[in-house]
Amino acid sequence: MRLKIPVTVLCAVSLALAFTAAGAARQRVWRVAAESGFESKADYCKTCHGLSGEGYRGYYPMPRLAGQQPRYIENQLRAFIERRRVNPVMFNVAHALSPGMLAALTQYFHQLNPPPIGGAAGGNVGLGRTIYEEGLPEANIAACSACHGPEAKGYEEIPRLAGQLYPYTVKALSGWTRERGQGGAGKSDASAIMVPTTHNLNAAQISALAAYLSTLR
Amino acid sequence: MRIKPTGIALLAMLLCAAGPSRAQEDLPVRNCTWCHGSSAQGFSTAPRIAGQQPHYLVQQLLAFKDHSRDNPTSAQYMWGATARLSPERASEFAAYFAALPAEPASDGNSALVEAGRVLYEQGAAQSEVAACVVCHGPNAQGFEAIPRLGGLSYGYLKSRLAQWSQGFHASAFPMPQVATSLSPEEVEALASYLSFLR
Repeated sequence: MRLKIPVTVLCAVSLALAFTAAGAARQRVWRVAAESGFESKADYCKTCHGLSGEGYRGYYPMPRLAGQQPRYIENQLRAFIERRRVNPVMFNVAHALSPGMLAALTQYFHQLNPPPIGGAAGGNVGLGRTIYEEGLPEANIAACSACHGPEAKGYEEIPRLAGQLYPYTVKALSGWTRERGQGGAGKSDASAIMVPTTHNLNAAQISALAAYLSTLR
Repeated sequence: MRIKPTGIALLAMLLCAAGPSRAQEDLPVRNCTWCHGSSAQGFSTAPRIAGQQPHYLVQQLLAFKDHSRDNPTSAQYMWGATARLSPERASEFAAYFAALPAEPASDGNSALVEAGRVLYEQGAAQSEVAACVVCHGPNAQGFEAIPRLGGLSYGYLKSRLAQWSQGFHASAFPMPQVATSLSPEEVEALASYLSFLR
């Protein structure tokens, strides 16, 4: 008995077989937090935060983590988990981290040192440097360097700002309480100091600061 | 008959608003619409390019030209098409197609749309799937060189994710990593959800 199999069916079948074989051979790793090692978690962070933690400009800016103060990252991750800092994506991400993993990741990113992404078009870097190093006393704006350090490297729970992405810094300075300090009274964190600090900055000054910081190594 | 000035102004506005700034006869878009469809909505394996992010279109055209986008379909169809394409011409094409109205393919599995939406907006931290929304935007509209995914065809989205997980187009950070982290069910859900987005 001769079977008349249409060519189209033959093609479809052979394609299906090819893909199944390829699928078996293909290294598809479905990672589960309980079994995954440190490396895969770090890779996961880097999916959004950049191959060397330098940050990434997507529709939303993903901040630079490279060289960041470990205490600061830890505080932020805890703030995400406890929803004191409201960010749905980071809540999901941080939620799955064990304390040991959290500590390992913060140390890991701290020692990365890629050059800054840059690309802050049209920012007044000179004004930014002035504000950063000296402040604008007549406008009641403190010098950022007083806390963040002369090279914007931060200290303990005070974050490094050097090389931070321009749109991220603008977003943070423009609406400090939009994301942070949530969770009601008595649940504020160390960053509450930034509320009065950023209050007097206007848009041009924020842009200048963000541009300056984005250039720092 | 007296033609009112407002009438002329209206007519002028209409003519200016009608279409892309460059006359269609100058730009050889037929070379593209052969495969991508007369209104660039896509056809078969050729994706919709209407309404796509212009920076992305330029980047992909150049990636075809330098062969960094190297999956078999691209090699077969797009390498030849872009072999003599100049960056200036690529920008002109990109501007033209980006301005065209886009219709969603709506060819995914509608039962999986909700699961796809959750994945898109929240990712899956347990299996280390990043939330697509952070790069591609809340309505999958894209941003600069990051493509608009909303309304692309289910089959095309699935094949792109498959290609990256197979190691093609390895330079397209972070997509190879993202694609590798997705299970087949997650790919189905995502591709279905995105195909319906307007």
